[in-house]
Amino acid sequence: MTTTVVAEAEPSPALTPAPKRSLGTLAARWYRLNKESLRAVAIGAISLFAFLVVWHLLTTYRVVFFVRFTNVPAPLEVYASFTKAIHDPKFLLHIVLSCRRILIGFSLAAVVGVPLGLVMGRFKLIHEIIFPVAEVLRPIPAIAWVPMAIMLWPTNEQSIVFITFLGSFFPILVNTLHGMSLVDPVLVRAAQCLGARESSIFREVYFPASLPHIFTGLTVGMGVAWVSLIAAEMISGQYGIGYFTWEAYSLVQYADIALGMIAIGVLGLGSSLLIRGAGQLVMPWRMK
Amino acid sequence: MIQAERQVDIRPPQGHIEVEDFALSYETIEGSVEAVSNTRIHVQPGEFVSIVGPSGCGKSTLLNAVAGFLKPTSGTVTVDGEAVNGPSAQRGMVFQQYSLFPWKTVRENVEFGLKMRGMPRAQRERAARTLLGLAGLEAFEKHYPERLSGGMKQRVGIVRALATGPKVLLLDEPFGALDAQTRVIMQQILTNLWQRLKISVLFVTHDIDEAIFLSDRVYCMTARPGSIKAEIPIPLERPRQQSMMMSSEFLALKRGLMSLIREESLKAMGGEITDLGMQGLNIDLHGHSLAEIL
Repeated sequence: MTTTVVAEAEPSPALTPAPKRSLGTLAARWYRLNKESLRAVAIGAISLFAFLVVWHLLTTYRVVFFVRFTNVPAPLEVYASFTKAIHDPKFLLHIVLSCRRILIGFSLAAVVGVPLGLVMGRFKLIHEIIFPVAEVLRPIPAIAWVPMAIMLWPTNEQSIVFITFLGSFFPILVNTLHGMSLVDPVLVRAAQCLGARESSIFREVYFPASLPHIFTGLTVGMGVAWVSLIAAEMISGQYGIGYFTWEAYSLVQYADIALGMIAIGVLGLGSSLLIRGAGQLVMPWRMK
Repeated sequence: MIQAERQVDIRPPQGHIEVEDFALSYETIEGSVEAVSNTRIHVQPGEFVSIVGPSGCGKSTLLNAVAGFLKPTSGTVTVDGEAVNGPSAQRGMVFQQYSLFPWKTVRENVEFGLKMRGMPRAQRERAARTLLGLAGLEAFEKHYPERLSGGMKQRVGIVRALATGPKVLLLDEPFGALDAQTRVIMQQILTNLWQRLKISVLFVTHDIDEAIFLSDRVYCMTARPGSIKAEIPIPLERPRQQSMMMSSEFLALKRGLMSLIREESLKAMGGEITDLGMQGLNIDLHGHSLAEIL
């Protein structure tokens, strides 16, 4: 037998099997490995609690120091209106309608923005045609579109969804385009000399290479979608959590203002977590 | 091992590369810049040929033209008498920066060429496993490239390029980013694969030891615009052992190539390096530090 082809496989930390240990040492080990994140969680909890305490103190003593806390609801009042609201079908309807608008507007933006960005990134002519229009429309805030949207669309519901769509569309488009511009040309060459043709290169190289930036776009787009939705609801809505918050102000239901704000925050956080989770599912190679 | 060998596509000797009267120039605002001029090289079927030369001499340009990524300004590039017209799976390429697809596992990377050819999944999985076995990587088939060491990545890169059974293998400084020890092992693996597969290899490097150790013949290129300065046959016997790198025969070849390249490197650096410049370290600063004088 002459020299063998097989080289020594370099050891990988991932492949060394963990030695068996008792439950106690395992727990101690787990604690040691996760010390940093546990600390972060603990500090985070304390900090949130401190925020509530400060809020409580500022409102119970009705502090006036540049800002006026005279009419600001206390945390406990907000909690009381929360317990009332979750049994109120009308409040739930507000939330469901807002979520539906986000879902439709954002999904449309993703379904239009991502493919458009991919195609613009690949074909120069399409880029040259569409990019100038996009650049002119992009700086206009979605809120500025409200009057125009009301004129354009027959129903209020449609114009609100349209505003939400516009808000998320541009971040998604721009980030997809950016991702396409960063695709490593050597990877394209590698695919070519493995026999890949244009459509395969698009599917197997350009698209997956752009995915991280597409997801950045989706995350930013989701944030802007909520901003635009709430603004649109406050101006022209009849339902929705933004309308609920504005209505609470008109009806002097101060606790409901804070409740609406917190609901918006929680919904926004939840939807961006959903996108992050989807990103990890779609891009397993980026898992740490 | 023998079984593995049978599964890898072994075909009659093919892969005769011929580059005739080759020139390639780029257009810039100041006019055209000639990267490679008046070059003629050939690789016989099953031969291992290296191109060495000073940096920027156009050796990679030449290789990219054989791969089909660049079109010659004049002259012809043919493989087995057919003109090269764009990249193809018949000419496998290995890149310095590995260029594995980060979103594909090791096995999926190796399978890629077969997938493009339309081979059914089960069949290409089997082929990829066999090839990974040849490179000692079966245990890593499900890993993503990011988690591999440089040497392992490049083994995947080589195996991926070989998977489609190309007529020729083109390598563009494939081991340039590896540390010296890994590089030696990789050279051994490459020669072993080459001897088993009887494939023609065109190998670009700036490492003279590497070129001599691996090749049947070495082309030495001139500074830009690059052309062939010398063609050096390497009569060392095969299989090559690492101990040969100390033999007087090897060292004589190395000395010859080194002086050829040094001449061209100095030329490539142009006016920057004068005899005075080379002696710069001897300048008498009269007890001052350089910073004080500047």
